[in-house]
Amino acid sequence: MSHWIITPILLPTLLGAFIVLSVRHQVALQRVFSLVGLSLLFINAIGLFVYAQTGDIWVYELGAWPAPFGIIIMLDRLSALMVLLTSVLAICVMLYAIGTDWDKRGKHFHALFQFQLMGVIGAFMTGDAFNLFVFFEILLIASYGLMTFGGGTRRLQAGTQYVIYNLLGSTLFLFALGTLYNVTGTLNMADMAARIAALDPEHTALLRVGVVMALMVFAVKAAILPLHFWLPESYAAGPAPVAALFAIMTKVGAYAILRMFTLAFPQDSPAIAGSYDVWLLPVIVVSLAVGMIGILGAKSLSKMVAYAAIGSVGTLLIAIALFTPEATAAAVYYIVHSTLATAALFLIVDLVVSRRPQWQDAIRPDRPMPQNGLVSAFYFAAAIAMAGMPPLSGFLGKLLILDAAVGNWWLWGAILITSLIAIMGFGRAGSLVFWKGYGLPETDAPAFEHPKQPLAFVAIGALMAGIVAMTVLAGPMHRFAILTATQLYDTDAYVSAVINNSMEESMAHEKDGSAHAPVDENLIDTEGGEHGTDHPEEASDGHAGESH
Amino acid sequence: MTIEFLVASAIGVLTAAGIYLILRFRTFPVILGTSFLSYAVNIYLFSTGRLIVGAPPVLQGYGDYTYTDPLPQALVLTAIVIGFGMTAVVLMIALAAYLSGGHDKIDMQDDASEDRA
Repeated sequence: MSHWIITPILLPTLLGAFIVLSVRHQVALQRVFSLVGLSLLFINAIGLFVYAQTGDIWVYELGAWPAPFGIIIMLDRLSALMVLLTSVLAICVMLYAIGTDWDKRGKHFHALFQFQLMGVIGAFMTGDAFNLFVFFEILLIASYGLMTFGGGTRRLQAGTQYVIYNLLGSTLFLFALGTLYNVTGTLNMADMAARIAALDPEHTALLRVGVVMALMVFAVKAAILPLHFWLPESYAAGPAPVAALFAIMTKVGAYAILRMFTLAFPQDSPAIAGSYDVWLLPVIVVSLAVGMIGILGAKSLSKMVAYAAIGSVGTLLIAIALFTPEATAAAVYYIVHSTLATAALFLIVDLVVSRRPQWQDAIRPDRPMPQNGLVSAFYFAAAIAMAGMPPLSGFLGKLLILDAAVGNWWLWGAILITSLIAIMGFGRAGSLVFWKGYGLPETDAPAFEHPKQPLAFVAIGALMAGIVAMTVLAGPMHRFAILTATQLYDTDAYVSAVINNSMEESMAHEKDGSAHAPVDENLIDTEGGEHGTDHPEEASDGHAGESH
Repeated sequence: MTIEFLVASAIGVLTAAGIYLILRFRTFPVILGTSFLSYAVNIYLFSTGRLIVGAPPVLQGYGDYTYTDPLPQALVLTAIVIGFGMTAVVLMIALAAYLSGGHDKIDMQDDASEDRA
C-alpha cells in the first residue's frame, strides 16, 4: 500500500516540530533542514503530479476507515498541481528569506513556515469538508505567527485585525458546516454531492443558507469584496517573504470555491439554483475593479502590490465563477501565473524597501538605489506579467479567460478596462520609484551601501523563470488545464472513486481481512493478479484493471 | 418549554451578544465577542445532529434503539479546542499590539508609509 500521498502533509508537520524542538537556537541548521525538507517536498509533489497525469483519482483513507465515515485525503489533477505550485513557491520564498536574512529577525520562522505549508497542502488534498476547516485553522494559526513575525507596532496592529477577521471567518465556517451537516447528514465532499443531487428541491432553504455561508467563508479567504478589508493592511504590513508565501493563501480560497462548487454545490443543481449564481459574478467584478483601482491609488509599493493581489484573484475568480469547463481551464492556467507573479512582486518590493533607507516603499522619487538596474528590470517584467500585457503569461491567462467569457460583454469590459488601469498604476509607480531618481539634484550625502544579496535575486529570478516557462510552455500547460477542468466537472467519477472504492474495500475486509486498498493496486504489480481472481467485483474498478 | 426552544434561544442570544461586542472598536470587547460567537457556534454544532434527551451517542445494532448522533459531539470537541487555542493566540497578539502601540483600537490609526509620503 502506497503512502506517498500523505507525505506532503506529514513531512512539513514532522519537520516543523523537529525544528522547533531540536534546533531552535541554530539558525544555520534550521536553514539546512528547511531547504532539505522543501526539496524533498518538491520531489514528492512532482511524483504525485506525474501520478495524477494518469487521470486516476487517488483516494487515501486515514486509518483505513471507509469513505463516508472516515476522513479521506484525495489527489486529482487540480490537487496535484496546487501541491506542486505550493512547493515551488515555498522553495523560492525560503531562498529569498535566507538570502536577505529575514529569518533571523525573529524566532521560529522556519518552524512556522513548515506548519503553514502543512495547512496549505492539507487544504488542497482533503476530501472532507470538516477536515478542510481543520487545515484552514492550521494554516491560519501558522500565518498568525508569520504575519506578526519580527514584531513592530504597525505589524502587530495589522496582525490583530487579521487574526480577528479570520477568527470570525472560522466561526462562520463552523456555522456553515453545521448547517450543511444538518441538511445532508455527511461531511464527506463526495457523499455530500451525491446527497444534495438527490434532495427534493422544494425543501432546501436551509441548504441554500449553508451554501451561501460556505461561499462567504471562501470569499474571506480569497478576498472578494466586501470581505477583502483584511488583505491590504495585512499584506502591506507583514514581512515580505510571508506576504509572498501568502500569495498561495488567497488561492486556497479560490481552490475551495472551485472544488466545492463544481462538486457539491453546482449552480445548475435544482436544490441550489438561484442561491448564488445571480450575484457572484457582479460582486467579483466590483472586487476586481477595487483591486486594480487600488493599484493606481496606492501611496506605497506594498499597498499597491496588495491591491494587485486582490485584482489578480478577482480576475481568477471571474474565470472560476463562470463554471464552464473552458473557463475553469483558463482559471487553472491563471491560478499558477497569478501566484508566481504576486509572490515575485512582493519580493521585489522588499528589495526596494531595503535599498531606500529614507523613503522605503513610498511611491516617490529618491536617489537611485544600489542595484537599481537589476531591481527595476525585475519590477518591469513582474509588472508586465501581473497587468497582463504581452508577452508574458498574464496576457495568455487573460486571453484564455476572455475567450471563455465570449458573449459576456460586461466581463470583457471589466477585464480590459481594469487591465488598463493596472498598467497605468504600475507604470506610474515604476517611473517614480526607479526612473525619476536620476533627475534629482546631486547631494553631498554618501551613497547608501547595501549588500548584494545574490540569493535573493536568484529566488526572484526563479519565480520569473516560472512565469517565462508558463509562457513558453503555454500549449502543454493549457492542454493539462483542459484535462483538469474535464476531470473537475466529471463529478460522477469523483463520487464513485470515493464511495465505491470504500465499498469494495470493506467487502474485501469482510472476505479475507486483508488490509489493501484497491486504488493502490496499480502501484503494486505483484499482488495485482491475486486480488483480481479473489475478488471479481474489483475488476470493475479502473485501478485494479490496469495492473493485469 | 421545549429543549429546542431553550437551545435555539441560547444560540440566538449568544450570537446577538457576540455580534454586538464585535462591532465595538476596541480589542477587549471584540475578543469577548468572538468568544461569545464561538460558544454560540459550539451549541449550534451540537444541535445539528438533532436534539435527543437521555440517549447514548452509541449505535447499538440496527434495531429500534434511541441514540444521539455522535458525530456533532466529535465536531464540537474539535471546535472547542481550536476556538480555545485561537482565542489564546489573539489575546497574545492583541496584548502585544496594545503594549507596543499604547492603545487598543482595532482600526489602524495612521499609516506609517502614507505619512512618509
